[in-house]
Amino acid sequence: MEYTFSLEFIYLIASITYILGLKMLGHPETARRGNLIAAAGMILAIFGTLFLYQGDEVPNKIYILIAIAIVIGTIAGWLIAKKVDMTKMPELVSLFNGMGGASAALIGLIEFHHYVGNQLYIATIIAGMVIGSVSFAGSMIALGKLNGTFKKPIRLPKYNLLNNLVFLAIIAFGIFMVVSGTSSQLFLYLLFFSALAYGILLVIPIGGADMPVVISLLNSFTGLAAAFAGFLYGNKVMLTGGILVGSAGTILTFAMCNAMNRSLSNVIFGAFGSSSGDEAEGHEITGSIKKATVSDVAILMNYSQKVIIVPGYGLAVAQAQHVIHELEQLLDSKGIDVKYAIHPVAGRMPGHMNVLLAETNVEYDKLAEMDDVNPEFANTDVVFVVGANDVVNPAAHNDPSSPIYGMPILEVENAKHIIVNKRSMKPGYAGIENELFYNQKTSMLFGDAKDILTKLVSELKSM
Amino acid sequence: MTEFIDFISSNLQMIYIVILMIFVGVEVIGHVPAVLHTPLMSGANAIHGVIIIGAILVMIDADPDNILSISLGFVAVLLGTLNVVGGFVVTDRMLEMFKKKK
Repeated sequence: MEYTFSLEFIYLIASITYILGLKMLGHPETARRGNLIAAAGMILAIFGTLFLYQGDEVPNKIYILIAIAIVIGTIAGWLIAKKVDMTKMPELVSLFNGMGGASAALIGLIEFHHYVGNQLYIATIIAGMVIGSVSFAGSMIALGKLNGTFKKPIRLPKYNLLNNLVFLAIIAFGIFMVVSGTSSQLFLYLLFFSALAYGILLVIPIGGADMPVVISLLNSFTGLAAAFAGFLYGNKVMLTGGILVGSAGTILTFAMCNAMNRSLSNVIFGAFGSSSGDEAEGHEITGSIKKATVSDVAILMNYSQKVIIVPGYGLAVAQAQHVIHELEQLLDSKGIDVKYAIHPVAGRMPGHMNVLLAETNVEYDKLAEMDDVNPEFANTDVVFVVGANDVVNPAAHNDPSSPIYGMPILEVENAKHIIVNKRSMKPGYAGIENELFYNQKTSMLFGDAKDILTKLVSELKSM
Repeated sequence: MTEFIDFISSNLQMIYIVILMIFVGVEVIGHVPAVLHTPLMSGANAIHGVIIIGAILVMIDADPDNILSISLGFVAVLLGTLNVVGGFVVTDRMLEMFKKKK
């Protein structure tokens, strides 16, 4: 049961492809190639392991079983990744992350009894299993939150205290298992289920808007779990890949928190709306809203010089990205300066909105990033907010009691007219009211984004 | 204490890898535009699918008569494959959208 030199060499090549691939993923021009390079390295490592790793008298049926598992996994993974709508992309990342975590947890469950008596290996196994289980359970909850199965953050009373106690209990129990050298499978499964429970408790109080950060964090957890397994087997490619993802994922998590101007602990422990949210929700905004009709908006747009579209997740949900592109082209053909203002966390993940719009062939230079576009709102005639809410909420600037206070927003309130398309007055993901809707300059255009946009396009065409 | 030193000396190569990779990971991700955060996360997600190699090793080294181990190992390989294949394919699908428009 040794790694032959040729296998070690393949692992070395694979490790290099991971580093190179990750590096190339950071630049728009090389990103796609980087992903393919890492994938090639992975295939190499998997086949190398299958053909070059010599076990002791492994019966053929084992190899057949492995092959069956790989074939089923490949077909299922391929189909899921290809067939699911691009709007569901964050869910997919979460799902696949959870699968990796579960795989790590299972390895721990199986290997435990082989290593009883060796404290260091038992510690490695337990750590990998616990982290993998937390990642799996957490990812599944994140998935449920993203697709709307769990709509509201669920908060048990004193959940921070409860979570920390469960966390400490798992650590203490894990240490006890290592030190006592127990061989009890019961204890192992107890720890496994506690870790699953902790994964659920960790994610369930966190609001849906913060899920990208959570997924990124769980992603680095899974990397860590893979690294522990790599340590156990003295397997350098697993160690390299795992630590690389663990480290890069942690940095990425912080970068995402920065984009929302929040700290990680604020995301994890101060779940959206928990500290001040209840009061903020009671923070009644007085005033009245103005409703507009499609033809009002069409006329307004037809006679303006500059229109900025602010797309949000509502646009994606309504599958209206193609119609909005049509609207943009139509306005453009009328000589109106039109562009999209993309908030870094618009949609459900950073860059999500860019991908959705790119899919419909919107030109890259029509997509303006927040910092570039904010000074432009003052000389914009019409801002058209489609299915976005929290990212244009002025409370982030002027209401210190608001849970999103301090988050950078698109300063649409500086424009001359603001048109907001929403299905209803229902608050956005942060669960808070938006005073922008009560602004004198704002008109609300209620209805399904796709419906409204289609009508708007035909109205504009006839002008 | 001697146990600790034994541990270090017998795993020196692995410890080097851990430390170096931590820095490489930080270095590689620095200054990435927000637009690429999601594909990057998804790509990294696929890379930790390397756990599948561990799952394959479990299967190869498992006692062929231990049904529980074999079936758990089977599931582990299956889930690991899902992680790898799904991860890379969905990343590619995302990045396909970024191709230059004529």
